[in-house]
Amino acid sequence: MALLSIFKRHPTFDHGIYPVEHKDLTADKPIRRLPFAPELVIPLAQHKGVPAVPLVKVGQEVVRGEPIARAEGFLSVPMHAPATGVIRAIALTPTADGPKTQAIFLKVYEAASQEVLYDLERDLDAMTPDEIVAAVQDAGLVGLGGGAFPSHVKMKPPAGKVIETVIVNGCECEPYLTCDHRIMLEQSDALIRGIKLALKATGAKRAIIGVEDNKLDAVAHLRAVIPKDLPITAEAVETKYPQGAEKMLIKSILRKEVPVGGLPADIGVAVYNVGTLAQMGDLLPKGRGLIERVVTVSGPAVANPGNFMVPIGTPLRFLLGQVGLAADRVGEVILGGPMMGMAVASLDVPVTKAVSGVVALEREDPDLARRKVYPCIKCGECLKACPISLNPSMLGELALARQYDRMASEFNLNQCFECGCCAYVCPSNIPLTQYFRIAKSINRDKNG
Amino acid sequence: MASIFTAVGFMAALGLLLATILILANRRLYVYEDPRIDQVEDLLPRANCGACGTAGCRPFAEMLVKGEIAPGRCTVNSPAMNKLIADFLGVDLGADEKRVARLACAGGAHVAFMRASYGGVESCRAAALVSGGGKGCSWGCLGMGDCAEVCDFDAIRLDRHGLPIVDASKCTACGDCVTVCPKDLFSLHAISHRLWVACKNLDPGDEGEHECDVVCTACGRCAQDSPEGLIEIRDNLAVVDYTKNAIASKVAIERCPTGAIVWLEPDGRIIKGKDARKVVRKEALPLA
Repeated sequence: MALLSIFKRHPTFDHGIYPVEHKDLTADKPIRRLPFAPELVIPLAQHKGVPAVPLVKVGQEVVRGEPIARAEGFLSVPMHAPATGVIRAIALTPTADGPKTQAIFLKVYEAASQEVLYDLERDLDAMTPDEIVAAVQDAGLVGLGGGAFPSHVKMKPPAGKVIETVIVNGCECEPYLTCDHRIMLEQSDALIRGIKLALKATGAKRAIIGVEDNKLDAVAHLRAVIPKDLPITAEAVETKYPQGAEKMLIKSILRKEVPVGGLPADIGVAVYNVGTLAQMGDLLPKGRGLIERVVTVSGPAVANPGNFMVPIGTPLRFLLGQVGLAADRVGEVILGGPMMGMAVASLDVPVTKAVSGVVALEREDPDLARRKVYPCIKCGECLKACPISLNPSMLGELALARQYDRMASEFNLNQCFECGCCAYVCPSNIPLTQYFRIAKSINRDKNG
Repeated sequence: MASIFTAVGFMAALGLLLATILILANRRLYVYEDPRIDQVEDLLPRANCGACGTAGCRPFAEMLVKGEIAPGRCTVNSPAMNKLIADFLGVDLGADEKRVARLACAGGAHVAFMRASYGGVESCRAAALVSGGGKGCSWGCLGMGDCAEVCDFDAIRLDRHGLPIVDASKCTACGDCVTVCPKDLFSLHAISHRLWVACKNLDPGDEGEHECDVVCTACGRCAQDSPEGLIEIRDNLAVVDYTKNAIASKVAIERCPTGAIVWLEPDGRIIKGKDARKVVRKEALPLA
């Protein structure tokens, strides 16, 4: 049997790439806590949608877990104080997106008890689906895999759509990141509670946890702890980038494709990250808000890489100081993974709800060296790599000709989710993904 | 012999029939187009830049002939050519005041810090998407010249500090640079708007000064010194109300401590107030 298993391939999607994983740096490091930073910076727009509105005034003292900003409408989530302290200012902070945004600056009380005193016990079994959706919004939950889309919105499918399957995304296909791996191993009880909540709120009949086959220990652990009477299964899928993209994972597990321009809800699926559901299962019974998340801090320029429970708003400078950043060797600090993550221009940028990892690369890292760009040789490697079967080569030529409208109207530019596979495989070093980001940004500006 | 007559007769009849159809089609489907449209179009620059607000020179010519737009709206044509069009159509020239693109940033590499080095595609658009591009001031000009590249009239060049300089004589106010700039630093202004705030930094108080020597610190001196309502401090930035442009004068710039507010001379010189910080540095600031 064991011999045969090497011939058995786990289900997967077409195309994609196999980048070096570098996960061994942190995969066996249990989730640990770090000291609180002296000051936390909580941006009001950490999620997709409408920014939250501050509830606190400068000089006001807040208790850990207390709401400090309220949701503005349905497509928004509230913020909670990640520590006990006093509000120093409501001012602009640099972010990884570029423009400075409004944030709440919270000075942490050094000697205060950091116990979460702000909660509201709930009986989960007695809650109706609508109450769960409202509770998820109150908890400030967003997609913790990096999308930061408000979780409660996905629980309310558009009218006429029925969610049949909840897919739980434990792929973690980005190199270096291991936080979801650790969550599946260490927080499986909370995860299962979260899945039960998602099933109830969406009305789905079954849930499937999709895990890449480089984390078979997590699959085995989940299969062992999932109660037999629940419609939850754990499935291994091939280790391949971008397996963790929701459309790819749906294809791998269900062999179904999300229609072009559509949502997973169109084919009766809702996808949640394991981190999101673990937090949901942890927070909802206690009626608490999201104030911290698991972050993988890794990379060759980090002395002590690991997985850490980090309060939202911790500045990168403090976080990297705690793990021993080699300041003389560091070349680039990336929020998220190296494939889709965002390099930061300032270490004053805080950890937000969307940050699943912080990767510090070395200056002489060959991936960072500026590489000469050669003309396209029409080899077609990018077509073979693109997981959604676009034509990156053609799109790249159109981008150089500044025909951004045609890229969108004829070559489905807007379907591109910037996974970076095309640029990764290009033998001419053409920065295709960046071209597409330029094109999308200009189209956005033109079309308002 | 008879077959020749048959053939010729058949061809003649067929020709007659088709000619009739063509004549009928020409009569029934004829679309009248004012011949003046072509003539006016010949007098236009055919740059298709869109500065007049239409899609190009042909739609502009159509609107001119219909009398829906004034010839003076074309800012690319020389005034003499526009006069010719006005005379040809017998309409008022209606010359708009010449407008030019102006950059609301003076933070070249010698006065503004870069906080990170960006290593991707050499384009402001691309850099702005990666954490804002690495400039200390997140509102400031990135200096990679997307505007110079997009300008069809060669009116923008980058100076030695990487700051775009607009040649007012070449600028047609087509607005391409306004669209392409990821930091929205360009705007189109009548050439008579000479009081200019060359900054967009919204950092409170003196915080911006850590990043740039020529930042507007919103100290409010320009607003105090100028007539009521001309300049307003809004979101930590001096904003000029150009509806009151007639009362604008050099008084406003005199006490500006950083030289963020300037007076633009028609010959292209930029006049700073006498209290403005003198920057003698010529080389770029180090990455810090």
